[in-house]
Amino acid sequence: MDVLVCVKRVPDTAENEIVSNADGTDIEREDLTYSINEPDNYAVEEALQIASRTGGKVTVVTVGGEDDEDILRREMAMGAHQGVLLADDGFQGSDGRGVAAILKAFVETRRFDLILTGVQADDGCAQVGGMLAAMLDYPFASLVTSIEVVEGGKLKIAREIEGGSREIHAIDLPCVLSIQTGINEPRYVGMRGIRQVASLPIPRFGAPEMAVALGYAGRQNAKVVRDGYYVPAASGGAEMLQGSREEVIEKLVELLKAKGGLN
Amino acid sequence: MPRIFSYILHKNGAADDSALELIAAAGKIDPSQPPAAVVCGWGRELDEVCQKLRASYAEVWRIGCEPLAYPDAELLRMVLARALPPGSILLVPHGHFGVDLSPGLAIRWNAAYAPDVVDIEGVDGRWLKIVRQEYAGIISARYRCDISGGAVLNLRPGAFRPVEMAPVSGQVIDHSANAGELTARRTHLETIPAEIGDVDITREAVLVSVGRGIEDRENIAIAEDLAEAMGAAVSCSRPVVDAKWLDKSRQVGSSGKTVRPKVYLACGISGSFQHMAGLKGNPFVVAINKNPKAPIFRVADIGIVDDILEFLPELASRVREETAIPGRERRRP
Amino acid sequence: MGPIADSTFSLIRGRELFLLLHLTGLAFFVYIVARRLRPLLAAQGDPRFDHPLQRLGRVLRYWLGQWRHPRFRYAGALHILIFAGFLILASRAFTLLALGVSSHFEGPSDPWYEILRSYAATVVFLCMAAAVFRRLVLRPKRYPRSADAIFLLGLIALLMLADAVFEASQAVAEHRVPPAYSLAWLAATVTAGAASAHLVQVHQGAYLAHEATFFFLLCYRPFGIQLHVESSLFSIWFSKLDPAELKPVLWGVDEAELDKLSSIGVKKIEDFTWKHILDFYSCADCGRCAEMCPSNAVGRPLAPGAFSIKARDYLFRRYPVFGTPRDGVPLIGGVFSEEEIWSCTTCGSCEAECPLFVEYIDKIVDLRRGLMDDGAAPQSLHRPLQAVQSRGNPFGKLEKRRADWAKGIVASNGADTLYFVDSITSYDERMQSIARSTARVLQRIGREVCFLGAKERDSGHDVRRFGEETLFQSLRAHNTEAIRSLEVRRIVTADPHAFHALKHDYKDLPPIEHVSQIIATAVRDGSLRLNPAPEGIYTYHDPCYLGRHNGVYGDPRDVLDSVPKLRRVEMQRSRDRSFCCGGSGLALFYEAKEQERMGVRRVRMAAEAGANVIVTACPFCLANIEDAIKVAGLEGQMSATDLTELVDRVTETAVAN
Repeated sequence: MDVLVCVKRVPDTAENEIVSNADGTDIEREDLTYSINEPDNYAVEEALQIASRTGGKVTVVTVGGEDDEDILRREMAMGAHQGVLLADDGFQGSDGRGVAAILKAFVETRRFDLILTGVQADDGCAQVGGMLAAMLDYPFASLVTSIEVVEGGKLKIAREIEGGSREIHAIDLPCVLSIQTGINEPRYVGMRGIRQVASLPIPRFGAPEMAVALGYAGRQNAKVVRDGYYVPAASGGAEMLQGSREEVIEKLVELLKAKGGLN
Repeated sequence: MPRIFSYILHKNGAADDSALELIAAAGKIDPSQPPAAVVCGWGRELDEVCQKLRASYAEVWRIGCEPLAYPDAELLRMVLARALPPGSILLVPHGHFGVDLSPGLAIRWNAAYAPDVVDIEGVDGRWLKIVRQEYAGIISARYRCDISGGAVLNLRPGAFRPVEMAPVSGQVIDHSANAGELTARRTHLETIPAEIGDVDITREAVLVSVGRGIEDRENIAIAEDLAEAMGAAVSCSRPVVDAKWLDKSRQVGSSGKTVRPKVYLACGISGSFQHMAGLKGNPFVVAINKNPKAPIFRVADIGIVDDILEFLPELASRVREETAIPGRERRRP
Repeated sequence: MGPIADSTFSLIRGRELFLLLHLTGLAFFVYIVARRLRPLLAAQGDPRFDHPLQRLGRVLRYWLGQWRHPRFRYAGALHILIFAGFLILASRAFTLLALGVSSHFEGPSDPWYEILRSYAATVVFLCMAAAVFRRLVLRPKRYPRSADAIFLLGLIALLMLADAVFEASQAVAEHRVPPAYSLAWLAATVTAGAASAHLVQVHQGAYLAHEATFFFLLCYRPFGIQLHVESSLFSIWFSKLDPAELKPVLWGVDEAELDKLSSIGVKKIEDFTWKHILDFYSCADCGRCAEMCPSNAVGRPLAPGAFSIKARDYLFRRYPVFGTPRDGVPLIGGVFSEEEIWSCTTCGSCEAECPLFVEYIDKIVDLRRGLMDDGAAPQSLHRPLQAVQSRGNPFGKLEKRRADWAKGIVASNGADTLYFVDSITSYDERMQSIARSTARVLQRIGREVCFLGAKERDSGHDVRRFGEETLFQSLRAHNTEAIRSLEVRRIVTADPHAFHALKHDYKDLPPIEHVSQIIATAVRDGSLRLNPAPEGIYTYHDPCYLGRHNGVYGDPRDVLDSVPKLRRVEMQRSRDRSFCCGGSGLALFYEAKEQERMGVRRVRMAAEAGANVIVTACPFCLANIEDAIKVAGLEGQMSATDLTELVDRVTETAVAN
């Protein structure tokens, strides 16, 4: 099975202090380190395991610019056979819908049996996978925690739902799946491996090479536009609740209800 | 202004709490227009839900087909695309179902999609102004969505407090015929419930977390009782795992799990750096600790100086009083 | 009674029989040794042919002098006696060999030697009895109850007995008395009244028994732990001259060329060097390493001796003396488990203990290199390693925050001493107090220090020992350049792991000291005066990388002993027998399967020694021990402090010269 994994380069929240920049138009990007979006990494590992079980190749693709080649190379060091960069000035400022349309155009230039994405990325939208599936008219499943290849062009998958329960589905190929972390244990990619792929070529495709549907990609076509970042006023230290235990409990229960702590 | 619909999640004949939250959200989009509820399912349970919703929704669109007995997003996407008027705004609770349903639905409608919305700030021409959180909840972002072609909005459960309303006597309208023929290339085979005791704290929205202050293995039961009352799960800091009072899978911290709950009760936890490093997404942190100088009070939202061994049981019984409303499902999103 | 060579054994004459026996035995032995050498020839290179004089010195001290054996008193005493006995009897063995084939052979006839060797044989015999008694009755934990060991001990006893009977029977026939109370004397007493013909039979029988046993043992030894009898000389001669130097990825391959290799690290047994293979052969299964190993003590799946024996057995199966190779299991997964390989804290207790100088750390690191190369790092280490790569520290914190600890402390930019802080001391809130104490104490001593701040990266000590050699090299290159650009003349650190890395893993740096050494010097020459200690009974915990790996035991103790009113007790496991606290950096992120934490064991040892304050000189030891105090439920009864913190406290109002 030939698998495509759509990946994204993000600033890892564990290794960065994310703050809004001075005028709130973006996060402060100076001093950020980037890495592959963690769920995407799980997806690549899953793709590699599937490809090794069934025979086939794994391609990783991202929409972005030259900086994004880093993560493509890292996944190639992990075992992906090919990294592809989709870059074009006209793609800048795309919303999720736009990114999905660009990916769809790329998918249509090749033949893939299975397309994987990570369940969500730094913006927590969890949308590109589902959108891509709808555009391609492929079946879709999100939050996938296990994949089993079954006879007859089907997969048997598990989705993770509330409280740890699992939904088991049969899904036809080709399909799009968004992968949840914990589905496997990704292999480690050492610095040596990365160095060894440092000079491999990464093909780059833009608007002329693919037929991106009109009205989707680019800033002018975005239906969802970011107006700015801000940090809601944070209090310094805890608000200490005073009074008798009963009074404190009353106040606490009110607050918990408001914050969704009582179900 | 397009018509606003609320997608109702339900189980065992009762609607999810989000049903009321969606009304509040709809009110922020268009106060003049009460939303209609869309309820899909099958059989008597579907009818029960629809009847109960009449108290809050003026219009309840009932779509009942046997294949919809189990809520499968692939089928429901098809149903909603057919049954709802083009250009509508659909409000869906964000969660494992919403994430499965909504992105594809938005594409079907060629409409805007905004996931995990935590606030709505109003409408400006064709733009709906919303607030989301990004980077694991560290930072908030304002967005505007072009609703001229309709929209699908996934709302974060708990972000929109249900508002006081005058009781409504709504009507249930059956739209089952609009569902059409349902075929899907994904079929639900079964749902395997989580193993008893098999709790993944990283997926829990509310955590009752205990530290050394719980003092003894036997006292863990106090935390479990409170968690049960709250519909939460019990987690802990490392010392509790080391002492083997709880399994390692319950540990929050840099050498344990990273959790992103909405609400975190830190009971008898000192608030060490290693522990707090496992807590992400800017949850609402309530710290209860005997020691007024515990570092946790620097990072918590609410601080209570008290003995958890006495405080928690009283809190649990008060919570039980509060949540003992019939029909209210104990949901853990 | 005539010479054995001329005697008749059934139908053959002695000379022919024993010529046949000796030559066959020897031929077998040579064949077996040659077959045993095969994996060494298939293994990787290892340059151990340098410094012959230094190596000779080691052989004299550790092989001939049995220097390490007395570390375990009773077993040590037994072994020294046995070894001395063997050496004394070596000449006798050759004499006996010759007697079987030559009727004219006289052999050395120094009467003193004759007496000496009789007693030597007696002592060896008694030691065999004692050894069997220990194994069967006393059963120390570190000895597996191996029938094989007892069998061999019995055979050696038989050898001594046969020799004694051989001698006795001749003495009786010649109306002599063997040296009093020797085994031969005993045998002579027993056979005193025997008829002459019987004596001859006994004499011949004893000789045959001796030679048969001798050659059986010679050929049997290479099949078990007794191989160490032959290989010990070599394993000690070729032992590592500087244990602190970690083995490079491949000897003879420049670091810059490593990227071109398709595979690094040990993935199959032939990836080990010939010396490592020799080590596997040489392990005598004495169990001393396992007894000292902290991983073994807390129930992790690692025991050093077993590690060697497993590999040896694997080699025996893959390179059998007789027959075809029988074992197709992979090295990793089949012989060693991944968990076992990651469980080692590289504390070095095993290497400090082993009388045969079997090495372990290099092997573990080599295996880890192989696992890393194959992407098999434990999941719990992915994040910290990734963080080291992107942020230069395993916590993922920003580079610019690396000098946050120094707020309020003035660094002198023209200083000639660099204080290398390393990651945990820079970023961990608790450990930052060590950094501040260190800076203050150094200033009080009169040393002007500077630090790298945001330019500093993790020293890479752990990264290297966990097998990520390439990442280590990148850290080293970065740090080396940053240090050189400051043009300092000395480096000081409070972190023994950084100390060890800068001293041994890095090259061409100015001299490095640990802060305890500097404080000790200042205390001795009076430039630092100390106030009385806070109340308590103190004990010093030797950090593995300050003590065992770098030999700094005295300085921290001198400092503590110079503090007025400080009562200090010594734990049983101290100095080079110190018990590892649990490990550093990456070892803290690794989730080992164990019954108890090493730190908790250590804290209990301190309590047993009567202490209520543990002083240590390493931030990781401090972190592990403070944590362990809480886990052990000893909060309030036991506390821990860093040496520099303590010195800072007791010099607060002192005047520095």
